[in-house]
Formats: sequence, structure tokens, C-alpha cells
Amino acid sequence: MHQLNLAEIARGLADKQFSSEELTRSLLARIQQLDPQLNSFITVTEELALAQAKAADARRSAGENAPLLGAPIAHKDLFCTEGVLTSCGSKILSGFKAPYNATVVEKLAAAGTVTLGKLNMDEFAMGSANESSHYGPVKNPWDLTRVPGGSSGGSAAAVAARLLPAATGTDTGGSIRQPAALTNLTGIKPTYGRVSRWGMIAYASSLDQGGPLARTAEDCALMLQAMAGFDAKDSTSVEQPVDDYLAALTQPLKGMRIGLPKEYFGAGLDARIADATLAVVEELKKLGATVKDISLPNMQHAIPAYYVIAPAEASSNLSRFDGVRFGYRCENPANLEDLYKRSRGEGFGAEVKRRIMVGTYALSAGYYDAYYLKAQKIRRLIKNDFVSAFNEVDVILGPTTPNLAWKLGEKSDDPVAAYLEDIYTITANLAGIPGLSMPAGFVDGLPVGVQLLAPYFQEGRLLNVAHQYQQVTDWHTRAPAGF
Amino acid sequence: MALERSEVEKIAHLARLGLNEGDIPRTTETLNNILGLIDQMQAVDTSGIEPLAHPLEATQRLRADAVTEENRRAAYQAIAPAVENGLYLVPKVIE
Amino acid sequence: MQWETVIGLEIHAQLSTQSKIFSASAIAFGAEPNTQASLIDLGMPGTLPVLNAEAVRMACKFGLAIDAEIAGKNIFARKNYFYPDLPKGYQTSQMDDPIVGKGFLDITLEDGSQKRIGITRAHLEEDAGKSLHEDFHGMSGIDLNRAGTPLLEIVSEPDIRSAKEAVAYVKAIHALVRYLGICDGNMAEGSLRCDCNVSVRPVGQAEYGTRAEIKNVNSFRFIEKAINHEVQRQIELIEDGGKVVQETRLYDPNKDQTRSMRSKEEANDYRYFPCPDLLPVIIEQSFLDEVRASLPELPVQKRARFEAEFGLSAYDADVLASSRELADYFEAVNSVCGDAKLAANWVMGELSSLLNKDNLEIQQSPVSAAQLGGMIQRIKDNTISGKIAKMVFEALATGEGATADEVIEKKGLKQVTDSGAIEKMLDEVLAANAEQVEQYRASDEAKRGKMFGFFVGQAMRASKGKANPGQVNELLKKKLEG
Repeated sequence: MHQLNLAEIARGLADKQFSSEELTRSLLARIQQLDPQLNSFITVTEELALAQAKAADARRSAGENAPLLGAPIAHKDLFCTEGVLTSCGSKILSGFKAPYNATVVEKLAAAGTVTLGKLNMDEFAMGSANESSHYGPVKNPWDLTRVPGGSSGGSAAAVAARLLPAATGTDTGGSIRQPAALTNLTGIKPTYGRVSRWGMIAYASSLDQGGPLARTAEDCALMLQAMAGFDAKDSTSVEQPVDDYLAALTQPLKGMRIGLPKEYFGAGLDARIADATLAVVEELKKLGATVKDISLPNMQHAIPAYYVIAPAEASSNLSRFDGVRFGYRCENPANLEDLYKRSRGEGFGAEVKRRIMVGTYALSAGYYDAYYLKAQKIRRLIKNDFVSAFNEVDVILGPTTPNLAWKLGEKSDDPVAAYLEDIYTITANLAGIPGLSMPAGFVDGLPVGVQLLAPYFQEGRLLNVAHQYQQVTDWHTRAPAGF
Repeated sequence: MALERSEVEKIAHLARLGLNEGDIPRTTETLNNILGLIDQMQAVDTSGIEPLAHPLEATQRLRADAVTEENRRAAYQAIAPAVENGLYLVPKVIE
Repeated sequence: MQWETVIGLEIHAQLSTQSKIFSASAIAFGAEPNTQASLIDLGMPGTLPVLNAEAVRMACKFGLAIDAEIAGKNIFARKNYFYPDLPKGYQTSQMDDPIVGKGFLDITLEDGSQKRIGITRAHLEEDAGKSLHEDFHGMSGIDLNRAGTPLLEIVSEPDIRSAKEAVAYVKAIHALVRYLGICDGNMAEGSLRCDCNVSVRPVGQAEYGTRAEIKNVNSFRFIEKAINHEVQRQIELIEDGGKVVQETRLYDPNKDQTRSMRSKEEANDYRYFPCPDLLPVIIEQSFLDEVRASLPELPVQKRARFEAEFGLSAYDADVLASSRELADYFEAVNSVCGDAKLAANWVMGELSSLLNKDNLEIQQSPVSAAQLGGMIQRIKDNTISGKIAKMVFEALATGEGATADEVIEKKGLKQVTDSGAIEKMLDEVLAANAEQVEQYRASDEAKRGKMFGFFVGQAMRASKGKANPGQVNELLKKKLEG
């Protein structure tokens, strides 16, 4: 049963081939058996899952037929779940049983999904290897000595290892797309403002966006359909109807204009990943797409701009973790300053502290213009690049990552090297456009991902291209050995 | 421009982050590596470019002025490290 | 040396919305600790702010009332610092793009002259919570009920030159925000708080001296005392060869002195940046037109109208227009009695001393405008004299009658205007004082003046004050001359 993808599960539940409770029990057993190798879960919510599964089965018997009714999922551990530990992968949220639900959690629960638990992640979503979690690193099911990517590494590893069919993630600089690429999954970061941020613990507010990781584009469409939508509780949520993503899947690709930015194929890219990417292009041509070379001239400036903007926002967003109202508090603080400094010093991990310090510095008196304002200007240049490019093409295609999944520990001492892994993904966050990563083959037995980018609110187009590609290829169906 | 140890200490203080004495040299070095990466921005010509704070350049929605929140103090304080008589406790605040 | 005082004020006015600026919590004063602190107010992870429309409208009202430019686009920024009463570790405020730009307010000085005080800006921000320092085993207790209450921070130009001017300015702002209905002005509850930036310079010097900021002065009286004290301190310091340092000071009303807040002295670096959880606020012209149309008559306009329409003096008009409630009361009295000058005299005289004595607001007046107006009508139609009116007024104040007429009737205070009755009464008075009548008649003009008063007094006493004084005078003269 665990090999079924989300759409297949939806059909199986609808056809009453199995009940949600049966499926849930089977996956819970699988998690218990296999997750110790992966460390993808921080919390397994067995009781909650079984109660939800039974409720879903009851709704089904009563004649309800919502597509996700009874489908098991899990949440990245930065979505607040009422009464359940919501840790952000950090010691500082020790014991933080969130007193409310994130909008995404509410919406998926309303759609009838069953929550199996909370998934491991880089601490406060800061990382691309899932090695910065207080709850330990997550392993890549394709090679247990390698990283699964991050920061939604727990979500990626769990779905790739068939512990569950789909999971939520968040993407601030590539945190859905990059782990999807490194674990042979499909993952989509929607347009900024498409998915509510209420209850999604912030890393960098103007960049963060929630989205799904699953095995296929169709599964992502099912998930996103339930997750997306206007939310009055989030000022940056966009008041615009949600497209019918399932309907968009089946559009033919004839005449679809695909742009290949030359900057995505330059130095630093593993040549084997470049080959796999170009092979995808050939496949899409066969489906009727046309291809055009384009340029995104400011792409190279995205990393420095991102590593100012994201840490600056984070330095302020993370000030609320002070040991006063929730979470970790140091033992016997001598005075107020000691309470702050030790609670935060002991509660945050090294990477989080680094980014808080970079952000604090970038905003401090005398440096604001040179760093923060400068980065915001570059941000506009990057957005302008995309606006021009989308005058000529419908979709932009390139590799998701410059490298394959690397060995655990390989880059953990060199933050700058790890930051460079985000090169292809962070521009979409800076510009706010949607991006998707899909399986595109293997190199040395490790998955390769290809990224698609589209104009604002064209999530349907991304899912369409990926789905059509998945109709003629089978990379996305491959499972890691032993899972 | 490289950060000195004293500047790192000042930043850590502003951010109320306690650093272990032994970690400061390593932290200083890493921060300087990151700032080196960031400083590549300075070569970009951004004259005449308006900063972009939000990708969509949308405008703020306003909420009707109505009280809909109820008192949930007990639930909120159940997860607090130290409370007494409904108050959050902290080491004495000196004015 | 002659010194000149330079003062600029920052006034924080709590806006009288129903809910907080970024959350739907109540802002009632005096609630149990932390019972009005929602997820957002507590800075819970994952929560987000949504701006209260009414706070924006109120800020616009204020901006229009001080002839300021209202920014078509204004932006919220985060002011970052750690303090236990600041749950998010930053205060959401406005920095570079405040909602209200440059404006002004005309204030009336003690001599009745007007002075224009420039207002640099006014911006929206959220209030912090409160730290309670009673002993909780050596700890402080934090109450976040107030956190997130909408504030309008009103920043004046350094146009103020004395403590008295400062008080006049704060009173004018106080009156204005209450007229506009955007702040209850209750200084004791902290609804209106004032930070005073004070410096001194030798008369004739163009540059400003170094200023000290006195934080959170919470009454008109304390503003005057704190500034006077601080000015004195600075002058003495400079004259003794010292230097004023730029710092934050606290006024201690018990000791009547200001002292340095050393704990806040460490160099603050607030790292302001645009709040990424909030988008730019756009104010449309059509909205401003609508707000403008909803503005009430403002103190300045009311003062001018009272002078022009009712012929009141500048002083009287200013006093009566100083609060909307007082002005409304006065106008209600006037509409009943139709005599603005008498109405003004009674409101500013007997009524306000009665209110002062019992420490009451005009809204709590035991004598209603209709009652006072009705009583003044009886003065005008000679039913009672001014003297008797004071008795009637007191009776109304103690609830001895529902209307002046009822009191007059019940107590038999109606003025006697029947000349026959007055003559009869005068004859009795003169008969009882025959000796004095003899003396009067024998005296010369100069002495008679004084003696005449004696007979008037006797006559009024005999009539229990009810005889019409004009008639008593006239008839008495006739009879004595007789």
C-alpha cells in the first residue's frame, strides 16, 4: 500500500479498496520500522492520526467524497499544530505545544487529510542539508550517507522513502525544490502570497512560502488545491481565486515556449546534471514545446542579496524567542540580560546564530544602506529580469541544484559553500514567482531534479508541464532501494 | 572590511546571543567569510533602482475594528516557563 | 546670562478603537493581567499582524485637523530592541514614511494671544505591555494586555519656549483629540502621555543647546513642573561650567526632580527596517474627502464662532471651546435661555466652581443644561433676581426640584413686582426705622448715599430677597424724599 502515490490512494479510498484507518495503521507501522534509519520525523502523532482516519472513514461512509478525505500526510515542523510539539527543529522551542493551528494545517484537516506527525527540518528552515536540526540530521533514502537537502529534508526523506505519500514544506530560498531534487520528488513553491503564512513560523517573511512535496505533479496539484487560498489573517496573502490545478494538468504542451537561461548552465554546474536537464528539454520538445535561449543577467547577484535580506528579516523575526512566554529558558538566570543571552545562546544552534548575527549587522546603524537597501535594489533587478524573460517565454527551465546530494558533514563547516548550493532556487523567492522541481533522472544512483519557473500565479502551468513530462517518463516512479 | 572580535561581541550583544568565549574566534572567521560573499553586491550598479521590499508590490488590507478574541490566558500560559497570578515572570526589570 | 528655553514634545495618544492595532483583542483598561493578550499580542511564533482600519481613519482625522499632509503611501517599520514588555522583540511603528506629515496647531497663551506650534509628524505604532515590579520573589511580572494598543505619536517642532506654553500645547492637543473622538485623553490611565525634549541656549544664539528627554510625564501639572525643574537644572549646570548630556530622564513627582535613566543609556541601535509582514498602506483621496466631511467643528473654529456669533470675549470663547463637552453644554444652555453672555457667565462662574468643588466633569454635572437655561430665563423675565438665582441653582444642584420653576414655586422665591405690595412693605420698614428716616432727611446728599443702602438692605431682608430690587430702589427713593 505504501507504494501508492497520493492520487492512487485517493482513488483507492474512493473505490473503498481500503479504509483510511487500514492505510494509516500500515504507514504508522512502516514509520516505526524504517524511520530510525532516516530520522525524518520529530513527532509521530499516532493517536491523532487514527482518530482522523476513523473520522474520515465515517465521513466517507456518510457519502462524502472529497479527494483527500482519509489521505495520510505530515507537516514540516514549523507549521503550528494545536497541542502538538512544533519545534522548528530547534531546542529553543522545546516543549512548545502550539496553542493554535496554522491555516495550512486547518485547510488540509478540513480537506479530510490524516496527520501522521511532524517532520524534521533544518533549524528555523535555515539550511540546505537538514544537518542543523536540534533533533539530528536527516538521511537521504537514496544513500543513507548523504544529505536529503533542506530545509524541508524530513518532508523529502519521508515521502521519498514511501513513509507517506505527500508532505507539507516551506521554501524561502529553495527549501522545497532542492530537497525534492535530491530525493527524486516533485515539489512546488507557489507564488508569494498564494499559501497563507499564518501559523507557519517565519524565517524570512518576505520570502517564505508553503507548498507540497510529493511523488508526482498530480499529487502536488491535489495538495496545493487544498493548501492555497486567500487568508484574511495574513496581510501578504493575495485575494485572488485559486485556479483548478487538476484541470490544468491535462493541457497539451503544444506551443509552450520554454526559456533556457544561459546563466543556469555556467561554471559550477555538474556536467552530468546539465546533460540530464537538456534531456528533459528534448522530451518536452517532443511534446510540442518550443525552446528559446534567454538571459537572467542578475542571477549571480542573487546569493549575496538573499544572504542579506533573509538574515535581516530572520534577525528580527527570531527576537521573540526570548525565554519569557514560551519555549526554552536557561536555568537560573542571574538577571534579565542573562535570561536573554543564555536562553538564546543555548537555545539556538550555530547556523541560526550566524544568520541572526549577519542580519543584525546588516541592519545596524551605518550599514543599512550598504547592505539592506542595496540588497532590496538588487532584488528589483532580479524581478525585472524575470518580467522581461516572461515576455518571451511561458516557462523557464534549468537545473534545480548545481550538485548531487552530498555526503553528510561535507559542507557543514563551510557555510559559504552550502549557501552556493541555493544559486538556482533563490531567485524565485526574491522575485516571488512560483517554481517547481521534478525528477529528471539519476547520476551514480542519485536523483537529479529539473526546475521550472513561471510568472506570478501560474502554478497550474508548472504542474501542467511536469505532469505532461511525467506521462512520458518514469523517473518519478523509481523508489530508493530498501524503501 | 573584516569584523574585529569587539564588533562581533557588540553584534552578539545587540542580538542578545550569549557566545562561548572559545567560539568567538571561529564565529568571527565564519562571519567574515559570509560578509565576503555578501560584499560582492557592492560591485552591482543599482543607481536609479528603487528598493523592492515585497515581491508583489501589493497594498495593505485593513481589518474592521471589532473585538473577536476571547480570553484564553490559561491555554497560552500553560506553555510558559514561569507565570504567577496571570503574569509572566522575568528577572527583575530595573528602570 | 539670559537663557532661552527650547522645548519639543512627543505626545503618545492611545486611540480609542474597539480592538488593538494589529489584533482583534479588546483594549479595555484595568482588565485582569494577560486576559486581553491574544496570540498576536503575545508574539506567538507564526502569528501575523493585520492593520485595524479604524486606527488609520483616526490618524487621518488628526492629520486633517492639523492641516497636515497625509501620506498617500505610508509604511510600517520594525524598531528592534529587547525588553520584557515588548513580546516580539520589536515594536511595529513608522519611521521614514509616517501617515501624517507636517502640520500645525494654534494655541492660546495666558494673555489671550495666539501662537502657532509646528507639528513635525504623527505616526501610528503599537503600545508595549507593562512590567510590574511588586515583589514576585525578586522577579518582575509582565502584563501584556496593553501590548498592541494603537498609539498615535505626535511630534512637535521645537517651537515651544516655556513650560506654560508646553502645557497650553498639550491642553490644545488634548482638546483636539477629544473633539475628534480619537482618544479619551485620560492622562491618569496613560491614554495621553508626554515626552518632553528640553534644552536651553543663551538668548540670541541660533543653534539649539543639547537636549534631555524627560519620559512619560502624565499630567498637565507635572509637565510644567518637570520642564521648569529641568530648565533650572540645565542652566545651573552650564553656569557652573558643566555640560548637558543628551540622555533620557525620568521625572519624579514626589521629589519634584528629574533623574537620569542610566539603564537606557547604553547606545541603542534600533535597526529599523520596513516590516515584511505588513504592506504599504495606501490612503486614497476619496477616503480623505469622506473623513474630512465627517470632522466635527474643531476648537479653533468653535472659538471663532463663539466670538462672532455670541459676542463673547476671546477669553470666554477660549475657555468654553476648550472641551467639546463644555462647549456643547454652553450651547445647550444658550439655546434654552437665548442669552449667550448670561449663559457664559453662569457656565464659567457658578457651574464651574460647583464642578471644581466636587471634582466633576461637565458630563457629570448635577445641573443639566436645560435646568440652567430654564433658570436663566427666569432671571431674564424678572421672576427672580441674580441673588435668588444662586439659591435656585444650589437647590437644583442638590436635587430639590426638577426645574427652576419648581424650586421657585416650592420655596416661594418668586420676585415681588407688585408695586402696591412693595409699597406696603416699605411703609412698614420705614415705620420700624423712624429714627433713621429722620436722620436721613436731615442729612446732606453725600451722607444720604450711604444711608440709602441701609434702607435697601432692610427692605430686601423684610422681603426675604424677593422684592424686585429695581422697584425697591425707585419706590424707596420716592418715599424718603417724600
